[in-house]
Amino acid sequence: MARRIYDKEHVKAPGTPLSSKEMYQLPGTIEYTPVAKYRFTTGQALSKFLEELKRGRIAGRKCNNCGRVYVPPRMYCEFCYKPTSEWIYLEGTGTVVTAVVSYIGTARERLEKPEIIGIVKLDIDNKEPQGYDFPGLFHRFCNVSEDDVKTGKIIGARVRPRWKLEEERKGDITDIECFEPIEG
Amino acid sequence: MTSSRVGIISIGWYGFSPSTPEVSFREMMFESSNRAYSAVGIDPRKEVDAFVVCQEDYWEGIAITNEFAPEPLGGVLRPTVTIAGDGLQCIVTAYQLIKTGYFDIVAVEAHSKASNIATLSKIYEIALDPHYVRPLYAKNPLFLAGLEARAYMERTGAEKYHLALVAVKNKNNGLNNPRASYATPLDLEDVVESKPVIDPLTSYEIAPFVDVSITFLLAGEESARKFTDTPIWIEGVGWSTETGTGAIAWHEWGRMRFLRDAANQAYRIAGISNPARSFDFAEVEDRFSYAELVALEELKLAQEGTAHILLESGDFDIDGYLPVNPSGGSLSIGVALEATGLVRILEATLRLWSMELVEEAEGRAVVASWRGIPSFSGGVVVLSL
Ligand SMILES: [Zn+2]
Repeated sequence: MARRIYDKEHVKAPGTPLSSKEMYQLPGTIEYTPVAKYRFTTGQALSKFLEELKRGRIAGRKCNNCGRVYVPPRMYCEFCYKPTSEWIYLEGTGTVVTAVVSYIGTARERLEKPEIIGIVKLDIDNKEPQGYDFPGLFHRFCNVSEDDVKTGKIIGARVRPRWKLEEERKGDITDIECFEPIEG
Repeated sequence: MTSSRVGIISIGWYGFSPSTPEVSFREMMFESSNRAYSAVGIDPRKEVDAFVVCQEDYWEGIAITNEFAPEPLGGVLRPTVTIAGDGLQCIVTAYQLIKTGYFDIVAVEAHSKASNIATLSKIYEIALDPHYVRPLYAKNPLFLAGLEARAYMERTGAEKYHLALVAVKNKNNGLNNPRASYATPLDLEDVVESKPVIDPLTSYEIAPFVDVSITFLLAGEESARKFTDTPIWIEGVGWSTETGTGAIAWHEWGRMRFLRDAANQAYRIAGISNPARSFDFAEVEDRFSYAELVALEELKLAQEGTAHILLESGDFDIDGYLPVNPSGGSLSIGVALEATGLVRILEATLRLWSMELVEEAEGRAVVASWRGIPSFSGGVVVLSL
C-alpha cells in the first residue's frame, strides 16, 4: 500500500507547480548543446564485416589458437593476444541466449509497439552450441510474442536473420532487420 | 614503498601520420601494444601486472571510454586503469604502481585518432567553463595561446622573430626523424613573412594534429635488467595542475606555473640541483612556438627572461649546448591529443638508446609535457641511461 503515497490522485503538493519550460528558464541554469561530431574509421575487421552485411553475409574472424569466433570480427584475439587467423562465413542461424521486452524509449517515453531485443549465439560449422565459444550477437527479434519472452520460452529457441531487401542494405548492422524463429 | 628503480624496457608505436584510415582505434592500439610486447618477448596475458591508459571521452567520441581500453592491450580481466590526462601522467602512475612493490611490469598506452574528430575546435569549446567563458568564446581555442605569447613577449622582451626561430629549429630538426610528418626545411623569412593565425603566431608556430598509438612497458629494476641490457631509468617524476583551469582565473599569463612545480618535484626526486647543467638534451612542450621558451625557463634550463637570447645564440640547436626538441617536437611530429606526452618520452628514450649505441655514454634527459589549451596541467620526467 506504500506506493499509494506517490499516487497523484491521493497527494496534492502545496505551492504552484512549474512546467519544465518554466523551470529551465529560471536564472540558475545555462543551456548548452555540445557540437561533437566524429567520423569513426571502421578499420580492417569492421569494414569487411559491414561490406559483407551489404551482400547478405555474416563474416567473422576465427582464432585458431583458442578456437574463439568473433562476430562482429576483430583482427586480434583479446584472450590469446594474437592476431586472429582466418575469415569465416556464418549461416546466420543460431540460438537465443537471452531476450527482453522493452516498453519505453530512450527518453523513457512509452513505445507504441514494445521492442524485443536480445542475444543470439550463432551456429558455427554445424557444431552444437555448447561446443564452442561465441561472443554473442546483440540484435532485435521479430515474430516473437511478449509472452514468449516473459515466460522464458524464447530462450534456447532457434532463430535466423531476416535480411532487408538488397537495395535497402547500406553496410550497417541494421541490414539484418531482426532475428526470427525458425518454424518447426 | 620499495627502493627499486623503474625502467622503460620497451616501446611500440603505430601511426605518426595525419590520418590512419586503414585501422580502427582498437586496431591501432593492438598494433602498438603487440609491438611493445613482442620486442621483449612479454606475454601481456600473463606477464603484465597492470595496464594504464590515458584517454578522454570527447577525444574518443565514446562516453565511459575506459571500458574500451583493456581489450586491445591484452588487459581484459586484468587490472586496468584509465586516466583522463596527458600520457606523461600515465607514465607517472605506472611508476608509482611499480614503486609500491605489488606490480612489477606495467603497460602504458595512449593514442590519438584526431582525424576522426570532425568538430575539433568545438570540443575545445566544451572544455571551457560553461558559465562565463563559453558565451564569450573567441571563435577558436587558439586565442589562449595568443594571450600567453603576448604576455611572454611583454615580460621578457622577446620579439616575434624569436618565436619564429623555435619553429625554424624544430621544423628542421624533424627532417631527420621518420616519425615527423610535419617537418619541413624552413628559414626565418618563411615564418616571419607568413600571415598570423592568432597574433603573434603564424601557422608554422602552431602544431597540427597527428594520429598515433604508443605503448610503453615499464618494469622494476630486477625485471628490467632481465628483459633488456639498456633500460631507460625514470629518475624523477612530477605533475601539477594550476588553479582556475577552464575558467582562466588566477593564471599567470606568459608562464607555466604547473611545469615549474612539476619540474621542482621531479628534480627533487632525481636529486638534481643544477638543472641547466644536468642534461644532455631536453624534449619539452612546443605545440606553440612560445611554449618552448616558457617551458625552458620554468624547467630552469634557462634563467628567467633569457631563453630567447640563448635560442638565438644557438644554445638549443641540435649541436648546441643543450639540444632542445632534437626530435623536431610537436611542431614537426604533431599534437597527439593525450598521447603527446608519450611521444616526447618516446623520442627522448630512442635518443638515449642511440647515444648508448654510439658513444656508450652516460645520458640524461628531461621531458616536459603540457596537456595543451585550455588546460593548465602538465608533468615532467627525468630519464637516464
Ligand atoms: Zn584466441
